[in-house]
Amino acid sequence: MTAMPDTWLQDFRNIEPALPGADIPWLQAQRATALEVFRDKGFPTLRHEDWKYTDTRPIVQRRFRQAAAISLPDTAALRPYMLADHQLVFVDGRFAPSLTASARLPSGIEVMSLAEAIGRFPDRVEPWLGRSAGPERNGFGALNAAFLRDGVFIRLARGTELEAPVHLLFLTSGAPDSVVYVRNLIVAEAGSRASVIESYAALADAIGLTNSVTEIVLEPGAQLEHYRLGREAAAAYHVGSTDVHLARDSRYTSHSIALGGRIVRHELYASLDAEGAECTLNGLYVTHGRQHVDNHTRIDHHKPHGTSREWYKGVLDGQSRAVFSGRVVVHPQAQHTDAEQANHNLLLSENAEADSRPQLEIYADDVKCAHGATVGNLDPDALFYLRSRGLDDAHARSLLVYAFAGDVLKRIRLAPLRAHLEQQLTERLALQRLQAEPV
Amino acid sequence: MLAIRNLKVNVDGKPILQGIDLEVKAGEVHAIMGPNGSGKSTLAQVLAGREQYQIVSGEVRYDGQDLLAMKPEDRARAGIFLAFQYPVEIPGVSNIYLLKAALNTVRKARGEPELDAMDFLLLVKDKMKLMEMSEEFLYRAVNEGFSGGEKKRNEILQMAVLEPRLAILDETDSGLDIDALKVVANGVNSLRGPERAVILVTHYQRLLDYITPDFVHVLAGGRIVKSGDRRLALELEERGYGWIEAQVGVNVGVAP
Repeated sequence: MTAMPDTWLQDFRNIEPALPGADIPWLQAQRATALEVFRDKGFPTLRHEDWKYTDTRPIVQRRFRQAAAISLPDTAALRPYMLADHQLVFVDGRFAPSLTASARLPSGIEVMSLAEAIGRFPDRVEPWLGRSAGPERNGFGALNAAFLRDGVFIRLARGTELEAPVHLLFLTSGAPDSVVYVRNLIVAEAGSRASVIESYAALADAIGLTNSVTEIVLEPGAQLEHYRLGREAAAAYHVGSTDVHLARDSRYTSHSIALGGRIVRHELYASLDAEGAECTLNGLYVTHGRQHVDNHTRIDHHKPHGTSREWYKGVLDGQSRAVFSGRVVVHPQAQHTDAEQANHNLLLSENAEADSRPQLEIYADDVKCAHGATVGNLDPDALFYLRSRGLDDAHARSLLVYAFAGDVLKRIRLAPLRAHLEQQLTERLALQRLQAEPV
Repeated sequence: MLAIRNLKVNVDGKPILQGIDLEVKAGEVHAIMGPNGSGKSTLAQVLAGREQYQIVSGEVRYDGQDLLAMKPEDRARAGIFLAFQYPVEIPGVSNIYLLKAALNTVRKARGEPELDAMDFLLLVKDKMKLMEMSEEFLYRAVNEGFSGGEKKRNEILQMAVLEPRLAILDETDSGLDIDALKVVANGVNSLRGPERAVILVTHYQRLLDYITPDFVHVLAGGRIVKSGDRRLALELEERGYGWIEAQVGVNVGVAP
């Protein structure tokens, strides 16, 4: 074993007194277990099948430190990142109440920092925290459980509805070589409904690591629309996961958009635990320069009559690289499963590379499953056609890129977010801004 | 308006056009006929600016300009329009977006103001009536899921909206039933005028029953081997392409 994990363990001993829940035995036990797992497993390497295309060495060989508390930016500095009226802001992993804008919530809905929830009513957190995202998956997950500090806790009581979206905004200040841990927990009780935007952004560019885990529990009939937006600093690393458990007839929709970061890995696990559950995973990654974006997803159909849709698209420029691996497992009891998966990649440069690994594992006999993957370039016939109608080369190209990414964006129901993403896409690819389509 | 002199073009290293000479004046309609593989479509695409083809020699002047040095979009802005033999499907781009973007770039190049949404809609709906197309086509993706006939109508709709000075129709008639053929011909005829010219590339003379050409040329083996008036088209219809081969002593390629 290299000396590397030891430095993390040492860091843990130093920071331990400052972590929340020092007097809560179950949380202490969780941290201890996580540390054991980390000591045992260390970080994943290229030799691990699930990490074959993502080299963690630039991350794990670097010495990161806990970010020190900084003076907070003023609210004007946050304007470019605002996406909703109700917004919880974290800077370098610390909750910033002064930057947080709350809307009045219907009774039965709790939205607060996770540290606050742990302090105020640990018994409401205990049944769920760490349950769907255990530390055993890999070293990053284990560290997240050990160093668990803050994030957002959302609880939707039975039958409650949150009309407007809640935005969880995680900013990094640009303090060099900082590591930030984020843990979110969303519990949607039976029949409840909400939209949540989880977004990552940087106030300044710096090399830093964000290690995030979001746990989501949907009880029978609950519905969650989850937007996850990565606009990290160009030099930043982010290893994160989303773990979702779906009970009977619940519905989970994810929109996972990756735009920023130097090395970004997002793991998304959806487990359809009961009959009639439905999940839609919508994804878009837009990369340039030397970015590396790895989307690793797994959908488990455990019970009959489940539906899953997974649509990921990538637009790659420069020398960037993207990995999509999507595993759909239909377990023996999951008869009448309806699963569809597609991953399409558009390469805008000869030096960009996309690796697509769709994997279907079917152990039930009466199911409907389809999958497909493509990697291609802009269609020269379409380019010529558009140019022959008077559109210049840049306009024709941007139109085709928009057209390619358009169906992912169209599925985003929050109009301000959709507009924001269209603008981001334009800027990312230095595309010509298109006039709005006439109606 | 258009002067092609000794144009030689290779496709994938293979000589396809082997010395084309053609003069088209404003107000004229020229039909270019010939068997499959004679180079008709290559000629049409080269005139529109297809970059994958290699120009070996020769020159093309359009209003005195060196056409072959112009980008496809600049040719379109200068008034050249190609109705594609195989119109390209472009999922995700609506027909109305393309029509409006194309019209406004072309108008800008002509020194005319861009049309606002309302004026544009009035214009395009008027042209759709001419093409007997339902308005729902405006909001569908360009050519996506269109039938063969719908694609061809859509090409002529674009032409009617853009009002090019030189329209090149590449086998627009193939695959059309007689009613659709009349609609397409009507669209082309409505554009005819002393300032405009049309090149009809076609395999059959059927279209020429509805669009009367001033000149008919037979393209065979990469050369124009015979030119005449519309009676030449009728003769080809009657006798096929074989007699030309015998008369001019070239292999005209695949028989019709």
